Amino acid sequence: MTAAGSTVRAEGVTVELGGRTVLDAVSLRVEPGELVAVIGPNGAGKSTLLAALAGDVPLQAGSVRLGGLDVASSPPRDLARLRAVMPQDHTIAFPFPVADVVGMARAPWARTPHEDEDDDAVAAALAAAGVTHLADRPMPSLSGGERARVTFARALAQRTGTLLLDEPTASLDIGHQEDVLTESRRLADDGWTVVVVLHDLTLAAAYADRIALLADGRLVAVGEPDEVLTADRVSEVYGHPVVVVPDPLTGAALIVPDRRGRVRR
Amino acid sequence: MLQRTTSVPRTRARPGRVTLATLVLVAVLAVSAVLAAAVGQYPIPTGEVVPGVLRTLHLVPSDPAHLLADRVLTGVRLPRVALAVLVGAALAAAGTLMQAVFANPLADPSVVGVSSGAALGASFGVVSGIATVGTWTTPALAFGTGLATTLAVYLLSRSGGRTEVVTLVLTGIAVNAFAGAGIALMTFLADQQAREQIVFWQLGSVNGALWSEVLVALPVIAVGLAGSATLTRSLDLLALGERPARHLGVDVERLRVVAIVLVALLVGIGVAFTGIVAFVGLVVPHLMRMLIGPAHGPLLLTSTLGGGALVLVADTVARSLVPNADLPLGLLTSLVGGPFFFWLLRRTRRRSGGWA
Repeated sequence: MTAAGSTVRAEGVTVELGGRTVLDAVSLRVEPGELVAVIGPNGAGKSTLLAALAGDVPLQAGSVRLGGLDVASSPPRDLARLRAVMPQDHTIAFPFPVADVVGMARAPWARTPHEDEDDDAVAAALAAAGVTHLADRPMPSLSGGERARVTFARALAQRTGTLLLDEPTASLDIGHQEDVLTESRRLADDGWTVVVVLHDLTLAAAYADRIALLADGRLVAVGEPDEVLTADRVSEVYGHPVVVVPDPLTGAALIVPDRRGRVRR
Repeated sequence: MLQRTTSVPRTRARPGRVTLATLVLVAVLAVSAVLAAAVGQYPIPTGEVVPGVLRTLHLVPSDPAHLLADRVLTGVRLPRVALAVLVGAALAAAGTLMQAVFANPLADPSVVGVSSGAALGASFGVVSGIATVGTWTTPALAFGTGLATTLAVYLLSRSGGRTEVVTLVLTGIAVNAFAGAGIALMTFLADQQAREQIVFWQLGSVNGALWSEVLVALPVIAVGLAGSATLTRSLDLLALGERPARHLGVDVERLRVVAIVLVALLVGIGVAFTGIVAFVGLVVPHLMRMLIGPAHGPLLLTSTLGGGALVLVADTVARSLVPNADLPLGLLTSLVGGPFFFWLLRRTRRRSGGWA
């Protein structure tokens, strides 16, 4: 995949939904070659931040730029050639087969020279997401985790250089969680820009270059995993005591909830 | 990630099946057109249908022995055949568009009340007398109220980019009730002749079709179908949901507006000339989707052909089932479509584990 990432730049982004300020003056800059994980407790505004980066929600204040484009005022087609989005919802209204669903990602490249890559892009994306064997199955017949991987494949097949992933690992087993993040990591190392919303702090610590921690719509901390994921900060933001220990194999941070007095023995 | 790929089967809408289905439908359409032209109170041998057309067009010398048969054929039967095919095609195409835009396989012009809305405008035309101004007046009125109804249903029944079955069906009940009241008022206000006209026309029929009507319907439906054909790729993407479609470059707002105008156009023209022929837009795209898959390009093509064939066959059955009686076509489609809708509803409910 030869696509180059674009710089994603949010400046002072404020979003109100139903009269509530869901994002409050959030600024974040993600460069090509970087994988940035967005973490935070439920309702912190993670998905809204991703939606703002994707241009899905109107901004009360601030701006989002994708490369040279202002996201709010650019035509959908231009944005679709620069970034792919993996949503949390993986349903489809009609029983399209998996290969067709992934092939839909090629729509932005119709009637361009990139059209020639269509078959190649779909095949490579199916393989990268480990869903080649499902290619002929209708999407609604798949399990939740399989559907999530197909949606991941769809985002890859768009070959945009910039990926916005909203909880891509939410319904995946441990092996496929690692697979999805390994692939995202590899793309970032190839020069892609990757922003990924994650719940699993240990996954974020292991794969992200930087972590953006949201709480109550505000950016609490942003930086390298070791700087952001301190036991004190995580305990405070999530309202639950945690300890941070090094992974015995890689040395990356493992975030372990303090379960003393809660579990058997 | 770890597995290597050599080649991946690309199942873009099963091209073999699409070609086969298209050929079969074209054949069915051609055969039923000839049969429909032959069957009736004045029977014409099926072998005489094509020569009769050629004689009328002066492509072969006319024959005094066939003069009456040729007049029946080209003056009565063929306009009826043409109008039945056109209206069936329009309704099935409108159903295909509606199901795509509502992201719901149960959407249909008659179920959600678009047909009744168009009928309200058309009956207003009959009652007020302005429909006599020209053949274009009734379709224009039907289009206007059909468009307003489609927009209303669309705005009332959606939440979060999708339409739940319950909301859709209940919105349909409300809209049908409201439009029904309007039509009842028109029937009440009408004089005897107009009243009869409204009542019979509401039953849905292509009886007494005229070439002048066909000539109005043909260009409008051709424009509607051509417009629909340009949307099919975007409609595929819309199946993913509104946001994902936008992420893939679809201007969703524009797509919705264009699709809704096309639905109103196709339904309005159908209703204006034949009244309410229910369930064609529901049954045909659904059957075609089962045969060839959900991709909207092939689906629109086969549904258009299938809708034309279905309404033509239904009309021919309706007028030959009881001797000397021209049963309303709408009666027959509802008789078949009603149970089909119920079955579909049950199946959708079972599949989604509730009324989602």
